[in-house]
Amino acid sequence: MVVAELSAGKPTSLSREILGLARRLAAQVGGPVCAVCPAAGAAPTSELVAFGADRVYTADEPVLADYDGDAWTACAAWAVRTAGPAAVLIGHTTSGADLAPRLAFRLQAAAATGCVGVGLDAGMLRFTRPCYGGNVRETVSFKSRLAVATVRSGCHDALPRDASRRGDTVKIPLDRTALRARVIERRRESNGDVRLEDARIVVAGGRGLDGPEGFEVLAQLARELRGAIGASRVPCDLGWCPHSMQIGLTGKTVAPELYIAVGISGAGQHMAGCGNARNIVAINTDPEAAIYKEARWGVVGDYRKVIPPLIEAIRALRSDEGKRHEAADTRR
Amino acid sequence: MHIVVCVKQVPDPEAAFSMFKVDELAKKVIPVPGLRMVVSPFDEQALEAALRVREAAGEARITVMTLGADSARAAIKHGLAMGADDGVLLADPAFEDGDAYTTARVLAAAVGKLGDCDLVLTGRQAADWDAGIVGSGIAELLHMPVVTFARDVRVSDGSVRVERVVEDGYDVIEAPLPAVVTVSNELGAARAPSLRETMRAARKPVVTWAAPDLGLSPSEVGAGGARRVLERLFVPEKNAACELLDGATPEEQGAKLARRLLDAKLL
Repeated sequence: MVVAELSAGKPTSLSREILGLARRLAAQVGGPVCAVCPAAGAAPTSELVAFGADRVYTADEPVLADYDGDAWTACAAWAVRTAGPAAVLIGHTTSGADLAPRLAFRLQAAAATGCVGVGLDAGMLRFTRPCYGGNVRETVSFKSRLAVATVRSGCHDALPRDASRRGDTVKIPLDRTALRARVIERRRESNGDVRLEDARIVVAGGRGLDGPEGFEVLAQLARELRGAIGASRVPCDLGWCPHSMQIGLTGKTVAPELYIAVGISGAGQHMAGCGNARNIVAINTDPEAAIYKEARWGVVGDYRKVIPPLIEAIRALRSDEGKRHEAADTRR
Repeated sequence: MHIVVCVKQVPDPEAAFSMFKVDELAKKVIPVPGLRMVVSPFDEQALEAALRVREAAGEARITVMTLGADSARAAIKHGLAMGADDGVLLADPAFEDGDAYTTARVLAAAVGKLGDCDLVLTGRQAADWDAGIVGSGIAELLHMPVVTFARDVRVSDGSVRVERVVEDGYDVIEAPLPAVVTVSNELGAARAPSLRETMRAARKPVVTWAAPDLGLSPSEVGAGGARRVLERLFVPEKNAACELLDGATPEEQGAKLARRLLDAKLL
């Protein structure tokens, strides 16, 4: 069973990845893939089915599109008691990380949070997750009949959308007596047009930026690359940038095609949030920084001196490429 | 008002990881001898949150509670030196080799034994296992509401108002007391112990409870009650094949990097 989150009425990329993971696990052990999505109406339900769900459990309450811990826990617990799955897989977001332990305790199950790997070994589910500030990995299994896990983004592939798939819906009766903590207000801040979690390119800054001004230099590079800006924990805690930009064990998990780490030493707790990036570039003044052990390309130098010519070089190469394509088009 | 803060003693997470050894056979992380043991930073911030609530309310009793060996007394002392009023040490050989489930079970039983607790605070996760399960577990076991990832905690009129960190901002959530709140780093730095409180700490009462004091049998706690089986513990391999782009000038380095990005179709 998967707990799915929606964004603008559609399953989030992480929810699609987890549906893909659940389908692959179900293919090995048999049984259906169910999705719990407390807010899903008809359209999101058919999207969840198209991405791998056989059955969707929904309270059909649009107000639950945004996470409400008491309501979501009650909905998921009801669905688990009804469907009796072997595992509940949830995205490792601030919602999933809240839901998973509550659900596990309510259902006499065990939980693994922030997993980077979920697999079957002789019919037994095994969960691999970072610990000790991202420096160590543990693989665990559970004695309880039910396992609850949150899974980090970028660790599993979603299935291609298949509109011909068929599934059914089960309505969850929402127990309103379960609602104790009330959400009074939802405050949101925007960090530009590109959502960090979905960005193909991320430019991130760390302690080595030496101050909030550094993020302006990063913003220029991010704009040029049409990427998003992130940060390690230190600049967030120092108030150089908003906490919503934090990438790492306690922040967001990103898995972009390109991750440019500027002034980031590469501590385990940061790498736990970006270690799945396909290509990492490290720009740092310290040639001994741990980040170079994880990077594909490294530049040792002062970012203030390196980034402006990098932007110039990118522009120049792009314009050359453009001209070559134009020339090729003319020849055709 | 009675606030209980649950803290965990961990090897200093700020220490370089070279100060740790992973024994894959024994499936244990072993800190080098002499590595400082500290209160897990998020738990320290939970103590800070408790102290701020007390300052706003004018009056509150703060109990600092930990599960651990006798050496974990230092974590309680730290909480008392920050300003907590009394301590509870949960120590019993039967608690050893437990998991998040058994830990929550013991802590919940101890909170229950205290009897008059209005607010339980703890860190969003401990700096060793980074699981973030125990706080919510205590709440579920005691049938209390829980709010996780707090960046601000205020108490008034029998309820707690929490600013809860989410991906792109925060939610303001109100829950009736008694409740559990887990604290995130966004709360801000914890205060250092003051000299005055450190002097007083030695005289503050600390009780020690073992499993029988909590009405728990050995099969319910520690290895006997654990639901988690640790199959493997290892250090992930790192890709050491980093190509360093050198050059006489930053312009040269920038140009080389741009060329690599273009060739890898990343531009």
